[in-house]
Amino acid sequence: MMQADLTSISWLSLAIWLPILSGVLVLLLGGDHKATLTRWLALAGSLVSFLVTIPLYTLFDVQDGFFQFEELLPWIPAFNIHYHLGIDGFSMPLVLLTSFTTVIVVLAAWEVITKHVAQYMAAFLIMSGIMIGVFTALDSMLYYVFWEAMLIPMFLVIGVWGGPNRVYATVKFFLYTLLGSLLMLVAFIYLYHQTGSFELADYYLLPLSMKAQIYIFIAFFMAFAVKIPMWPVHTWLPDAHVEAPTGGSVVLAAIALKLGGYSFLRFAMPIAPDASHYFSTAMIVLSLIAVVYIALVALVQTDMKKLIAYSSISHMGFVTLGFFMFGQLALEGALVQMISHGFISSAMFLSVGVLYDRVHSREISAYGGVANKMPVFAGFAVLFAMANSGLPGTSGFVGEFMVILAAVKFNFWVGFFAATTLIFGAAYTLWMTKRVFFGDVANHHVAELTDLNKREFLILGILAILVIGFGVYPQPITEVMQATTSEFLKHMAISKLPVTGY
Amino acid sequence: MTIKQILILIPLLPLFSAAIVGLFRNQLPRWTAHAITIAGVGAAFVLSVTILNQTLDGFTLNESVYTWLNSGDIHFEVGFLIDNLSAMMMVVVTFVSLMVHVYTIGYMQEDPGYSRFFSYISLFTFSMLMLVMSNNFMQLFFGWEAVGLVSYLLIGFWFTRPTAIYANLKAFLVNRVGDFGFLLGIGMVLYYFGSVDYATVFERAPSMADAQVNILGSSSWSLMTVTCLLLFVGAMGKSAQVPLHVWLPDSMEGPTPISALIHAATMVTAGIFMVARMSPLYELSTTALSTVMVIGAITALFMGFLGIIQNDIKRVVAYSTLSQLGYMTVALGASAYSVAIFHLMTHAFFKALLFLGAGSVIIGMHHDQDIRNMGNLKKYLPITWITSLIGSLALIGTPFFSGFYSKDSIIEAVELSHIPGSGFAYFAVIVGVFVTAFYSFRLYFLVFHGEEKWRQVAHGDAGHADHKHVAHTNDAHGTHDAHADDHHDDHAHDDAHHHGLGPNDNPHEPGWVVTLPLILLAIPSLVIGYFALEPMVFGDFFKNVIFVNPEAHPAMEHLAHHYHEFMHSPAGMAIHGFASLPFILAASGVFLSWFFYMKRPDIPAAIKQRFDVIYRILDNKYGFDSFNEKFFAGGSRCLGRLLWKFGDITLIDGAMVNGTAKTMGKIAARLRNVQSGLIYHYAFTMIIGVFLLMTFFVKIN
Repeated sequence: MMQADLTSISWLSLAIWLPILSGVLVLLLGGDHKATLTRWLALAGSLVSFLVTIPLYTLFDVQDGFFQFEELLPWIPAFNIHYHLGIDGFSMPLVLLTSFTTVIVVLAAWEVITKHVAQYMAAFLIMSGIMIGVFTALDSMLYYVFWEAMLIPMFLVIGVWGGPNRVYATVKFFLYTLLGSLLMLVAFIYLYHQTGSFELADYYLLPLSMKAQIYIFIAFFMAFAVKIPMWPVHTWLPDAHVEAPTGGSVVLAAIALKLGGYSFLRFAMPIAPDASHYFSTAMIVLSLIAVVYIALVALVQTDMKKLIAYSSISHMGFVTLGFFMFGQLALEGALVQMISHGFISSAMFLSVGVLYDRVHSREISAYGGVANKMPVFAGFAVLFAMANSGLPGTSGFVGEFMVILAAVKFNFWVGFFAATTLIFGAAYTLWMTKRVFFGDVANHHVAELTDLNKREFLILGILAILVIGFGVYPQPITEVMQATTSEFLKHMAISKLPVTGY
Repeated sequence: MTIKQILILIPLLPLFSAAIVGLFRNQLPRWTAHAITIAGVGAAFVLSVTILNQTLDGFTLNESVYTWLNSGDIHFEVGFLIDNLSAMMMVVVTFVSLMVHVYTIGYMQEDPGYSRFFSYISLFTFSMLMLVMSNNFMQLFFGWEAVGLVSYLLIGFWFTRPTAIYANLKAFLVNRVGDFGFLLGIGMVLYYFGSVDYATVFERAPSMADAQVNILGSSSWSLMTVTCLLLFVGAMGKSAQVPLHVWLPDSMEGPTPISALIHAATMVTAGIFMVARMSPLYELSTTALSTVMVIGAITALFMGFLGIIQNDIKRVVAYSTLSQLGYMTVALGASAYSVAIFHLMTHAFFKALLFLGAGSVIIGMHHDQDIRNMGNLKKYLPITWITSLIGSLALIGTPFFSGFYSKDSIIEAVELSHIPGSGFAYFAVIVGVFVTAFYSFRLYFLVFHGEEKWRQVAHGDAGHADHKHVAHTNDAHGTHDAHADDHHDDHAHDDAHHHGLGPNDNPHEPGWVVTLPLILLAIPSLVIGYFALEPMVFGDFFKNVIFVNPEAHPAMEHLAHHYHEFMHSPAGMAIHGFASLPFILAASGVFLSWFFYMKRPDIPAAIKQRFDVIYRILDNKYGFDSFNEKFFAGGSRCLGRLLWKFGDITLIDGAMVNGTAKTMGKIAARLRNVQSGLIYHYAFTMIIGVFLLMTFFVKIN
């Protein structure tokens, strides 16, 4: 009885609109003169928004590889556009990651943001709802609207609360992403012409010639590769990260990048499976370039945020690598990597934020011997650095381990280059840790540092528990994606090329 | 309590005590740090002994504890494989760890990081137990890297010292190079055997013995050779085999107790343990075994040479560890896995003893580690003296001592082995005996006998300024890493702290917490070989655990035959030992070191001058460090900078992104001209547009 009641609730709509509504509420009721109220309101909003996503996990049927929690309403009947939502094993963990990260971001901004508090909090709450919309939309127009809408709050976050060079960064970010998504729109319109529908399910069944598939794949690729970002369309990310406030970097790394990865699985690959196979070698090569090339670039960065940004690109290389080997272990590894990277990159950017709030520098050379003054923080930092280096027992290991093992099977040399992350990933992360945290107190700024306050401790503590928890016991993540992964691979194995009639 | 619960408890007890002490170190009083961790490790030791008792009665267990994750039909479990091999390792690990815990109370008593240190060594014990108890490759890799993590934390324990944080980064990265190969090896295992579970893999291995793989072009390689070599790369990192040995001497930056525990007795032997555990795989590839043997032989001999010229007491012991690890590796190559494990065990005792003895000397010398400032310490540190002598005698293979049985068995096994490379290996291990004896007793005589040299040198800075090595600066990781490779003061606050003995000071033996572990380690160093030889090497101890293919690799069988024919008993072997070549070499090594350093100290000085080139090669450690720093570390940074500045900034951003932006700007400037404000321009454009659209629609209809 209880079950029936719970399943009749529109959880996905709640997950999307609750944060957006709370954002609007924060805008209306909050303001800089009542900053405390604004913050508590935002926290309450983000917590409630997080709580309504919990049932998506508890009520999720792990045996079902298709869409669950579906909601279908007509939206623009003239063009056959629907308000169609649903989640499967790919999107459910990402929805939870999004709503969780929003809580973290609100907490992280607590005393740090003093200018336009309400607008800042509202931007993140609204962005959270929009991103959940991207992860749950099953109608391509609905998806497209959410996808483009997401740019606006992010643009504002960097543009208003960002660093000195924010204009260059936002324009670069905007141009890169807009260029890609316009081509995606063209692809959707083409598909609409073919099917008379914007329904994703119809696209999955639509037979397409190789040529059409290749065009569609390229159009999607332009949109998604920029978002992930894949080499060579990655250069917007380090700039965006450097200029973004801590919260912006967290959302960017933890969630925004996953939109690209997720969309490959949701659109590009199942709609154009033959083209996906056709391009798989190219995709794998690009992924490996990301893993190796970007890791080397990360090694020589002098700005902590840039270093972590490059590290993100390198880690996302494992995601695309895992996707295009078309195997269960590889695919699940890629998905685990997305979730884990959400926690670890958040933690890394938050750690930089902790230092930046005190010293107002992101340069590695501005630090040294921080561990002397902030021993608790140093403990966290070493933990997250190790997680970023893929140490077993942390979540960072799980995805990379799965993808590398699958890669060795796929082709020894693909595995070989992927596995270099063991060396380079550890090199750039631990070298940075060494220069920032170890050694003697480097200057008077470091000498004046105070250790974590309770709020910072709470945030990093939660992330540490998650990073270790999923490292020791990743089964809860892989369990929910298993049925979806095998359905997906079945779908991918069937050619969509039309049977020629004559 | 079921036996499975006991097994789960064994690693968890140290883990929990590490967590409690580590997380609440600011809340708990100082004494609880050692009380809690010693209770945890002590209980783990007692439980491990009960498990060993059971396995000696034939008990084995191979069970999963929980499912780590499932992916398709691949299952990753966390589980235990308990047999004589793992039970023995558990006892050795927990015993040495317990001794080191007790010893640390004395060694670290003044250190501000007291609780943190106990937390780390307990965490290490947990990791090492997970490694040896594992029943699958995933968990093995977990333990493998977890011990690496703790090693990183402990080498860099005094994190304000540039040399320490240079050494720990180096150790971690070099180990990662090993793990890189190891992980690829695990990938091969999973691919070809469809599982990472030991039992399943070993069961399927014989059917894959002749399988070929194409890795490079069309040339096909034996699957077993490729897999075993990749796994061995991991062992080379962890067990510090040439050329991945470079991190171990630097790891001496860590406090002495962990040099004993991690960098001598347990962690560095993980590679040896792993290869022995994988004997069903290695037996299928003679090529892999040959490689293992040759690498081990190079390590055994050439690292021994380096021990001769070291003047830092810990570094001498460190090079001796490298050399002994080489011996174990040679034994593995000769298919004498049980002998390798036997030597691993005896070495764990006597090398931990030697390190802890060195630590006791360091305490007595007020943290001066230069053996040239020591002498005649037998008078002041009698227990340290006697126990160190026992350790040294065991190390050089004196008959009846534990090291004799294991080392002689290795030498004989190599002599009886006929795989490619065994001739060189035999030469290396035989010469190594002389070298070992020479540097061990050089250390022993300089420290415990002769003149009381600290009375001659004016102390303070001068005591450290007299060394002739130039502290060379490594720029492997930035310019701040002044890495003096010699003479480290083994203490945190070295500047403020008085170090070295004054000319009129007398060293004192530390308290019982330091000497008791020495005595307790001296006992097995003395006798364990005598008692364990027959069951471990010639008996059934490793039956169904270690697999040897007697047709392809008969050395072990011949060794047993030889033993039963001529030796009859451990005592018989020892008596034979007095007349054997290794003993003669060891004795002459001892004699020569006595002659050189006690009788005629002018001779080594003359040799050093006469053969300056050789001395400098040894002093530069064959140039491995500078090559790695210039080529690998420098090369990566160079390449990274090139890719960043040229690839990202010039090409992608400059040409593509900003280029596009500029082009856009130019196009926009042209388009601006189109917006002329003249109506007829717009009208004309509209007409053309409509015309084009209409043509388009007509065409598609």
